[in-house]
Amino acid sequence: MNLHEYQAKDILAKYGIPVPPGKVAFTADEAKQIATEYGDLVVIKAQVHTGGRGKAGGVKLARNPEEAREKAAQILGLNIKGFITKKVLVAKGINIAKEYYAGMILDRVTQRVVLMLSREGGMDIEEVAATKPYALIKYPIDPHTGLRPFEARELVKRAGMEGNLNKLADVLVKLYQAYVGIDASTAEINPLVITDTGEVVAADAKIVLDDNALYRHPDLTPLREFEAEHPLEVEASNYGFSYVKLDGNVGVIGNGAGLVMYTLDLVQRTGGKAANFLDIGGGAKADTVYNALKVVLKDPDVKGVFINIFGGITRADEVAKGVIRAMDEGILTKPVAMRVAGTAEEEAKALLKGRPVYMYPTSVEAAKAIISMTGGAK
Amino acid sequence: MSILVNKNTSVIVQGITGREGAFHTEAMMKAGTRVVAGVTPGKGGQTTLGVPVYDTVKEAAVHHHIDASIIFVPAPGAADAALEAAHAGVPLVVLITEGIPTMDMVKAVAEIKALGNVRLIGGNCPGLITPEECKLGIMPASVFKKGRVGLISRSGTVTYETAKALSDAGYGISTCIGIGGDPIIGTTFKDLLPMFNDDPETHAVVVCGEIGGSDEEDAAAYIKEHMKKPVVGFIGGRSAPKGKKMGHAGAIIMGNVGTPESKLAAFADADVPVAETIDEIVEYVRAKLG
Repeated sequence: MNLHEYQAKDILAKYGIPVPPGKVAFTADEAKQIATEYGDLVVIKAQVHTGGRGKAGGVKLARNPEEAREKAAQILGLNIKGFITKKVLVAKGINIAKEYYAGMILDRVTQRVVLMLSREGGMDIEEVAATKPYALIKYPIDPHTGLRPFEARELVKRAGMEGNLNKLADVLVKLYQAYVGIDASTAEINPLVITDTGEVVAADAKIVLDDNALYRHPDLTPLREFEAEHPLEVEASNYGFSYVKLDGNVGVIGNGAGLVMYTLDLVQRTGGKAANFLDIGGGAKADTVYNALKVVLKDPDVKGVFINIFGGITRADEVAKGVIRAMDEGILTKPVAMRVAGTAEEEAKALLKGRPVYMYPTSVEAAKAIISMTGGAK
Repeated sequence: MSILVNKNTSVIVQGITGREGAFHTEAMMKAGTRVVAGVTPGKGGQTTLGVPVYDTVKEAAVHHHIDASIIFVPAPGAADAALEAAHAGVPLVVLITEGIPTMDMVKAVAEIKALGNVRLIGGNCPGLITPEECKLGIMPASVFKKGRVGLISRSGTVTYETAKALSDAGYGISTCIGIGGDPIIGTTFKDLLPMFNDDPETHAVVVCGEIGGSDEEDAAAYIKEHMKKPVVGFIGGRSAPKGKKMGHAGAIIMGNVGTPESKLAAFADADVPVAETIDEIVEYVRAKLG
């Protein structure tokens, strides 16, 4: 789950990391009011769940309250990579002397949380990693000791960061405490600013939470914003499906993430493009298949559906019943290619007799059929 | 022969009295697995499915010889259950549970590795099976025939599809291990390849990888240097867009790590043919084994 910058900064502040004073505004007038309160230079920043806000015109400086109102009016409603800006952060301006980067992510290779530090602040860290790998320090943190102040100090020195050593090290120690405390999967401060007066401040922050651990953070759960996600992804998750919207026209339904991924690959290999990833999970009944079809067919891009089920526990006739219900209710009017391996295949065929649903013995044949029925890639 | 489990493996089930635990214990018993006891904290003293239930793994270990534990404990207590088994001296711990908080796994995997003598498989995995001898997992045993191909995979259903195809083609499976789809797991491909290398009944190995992480690259490096047997590869999610999580928490391309291109290049460098379909996996195995 992604957090907004202002939410991330609230959390960092709670763990003792200095952040510039700031408040959220939903209207231009509110932005003006906050700017009046701060009585100085402010930064107006779009609060959307995507990067690249600056380039898209979603971050602007304002020298006085009236200017803050104008700039906020320009940013509110702005479409940034498909996300409509509904709120802005109005933060007190800071005088930047130096910009650094500090981030923590989960590293699969070392199986630890890795601290990343760089003097190249304000840049996309993946770009730093790609173009100047020597400018990025990575340090795997022992989960049983955490990040200790002496390690943090050594790392600040190694990264060549200039500024108050103890203050910088303290930010890193607290960032790890926050990371573990809220069960984050990513926590980044970019830039980590040294001001002209030598203060160390988190000028921007990004936090992604571990969805698996949300149950133990009831205070953070309400921060989830459904409108920030694709509406069909929200609907699918209500049914317990894992759904990802893609940009093709073949709807895909399968059981097991691996099999669904394989099905997407087959669609592409055969010359088509999948409209979505949808995993119904194990032991699906007729209702499950019906609900999955409802979700997939709400996508106007879908021209046909490929159902690929491996029947360990799932019965083919149950799948067929779900398909038939969707047809009888007029939800399913598009062609379907189905491949259901395993139990009760014959019963399924009998149920589907005379209907425009085609069953194929292999995934490869079903992929060919659905591509020819949907006319290939757009 | 086989790796990790065989007909003599004595198994306990942690979470045996839960719905999932009970259902799969029965299925494992039907598949021939020697389940000797169960553990559910607070339910010690009962008997379920014909075996005694204990409050703790340590108590079970007093009364039974234990070779392996399989865990169906719900996510909030799953990593703790794995640590309990490891500290009680169980040498093989299979963690089936999905949705375990990542930091729990980071800590548990580090602690279990430090113990040194415990192999953790999973979490969020289908488990492992030596067909017709021991099933320590949730896979449909009917599609696995005893045979000579080792199979390791990050996915569940793709594993079953591949096992069925190899079984139908007459090759069968020596041992199959689903290592799990999470970013932090106890056992990776490169941990298992040396075991297959040493197992006389395994004549070839199929590695079913997918996008995300670098397990496939690590496996390829091992294969190139040490593998004496033919290996066939598979990479799921080749058409997936960057930055999108494809069902499995670990199946995500981050920056330049985890891309299919990198995995294909690594396999090519190790002379491992990579199948694009399940049928092709069988064809490549046939080309290697005849």
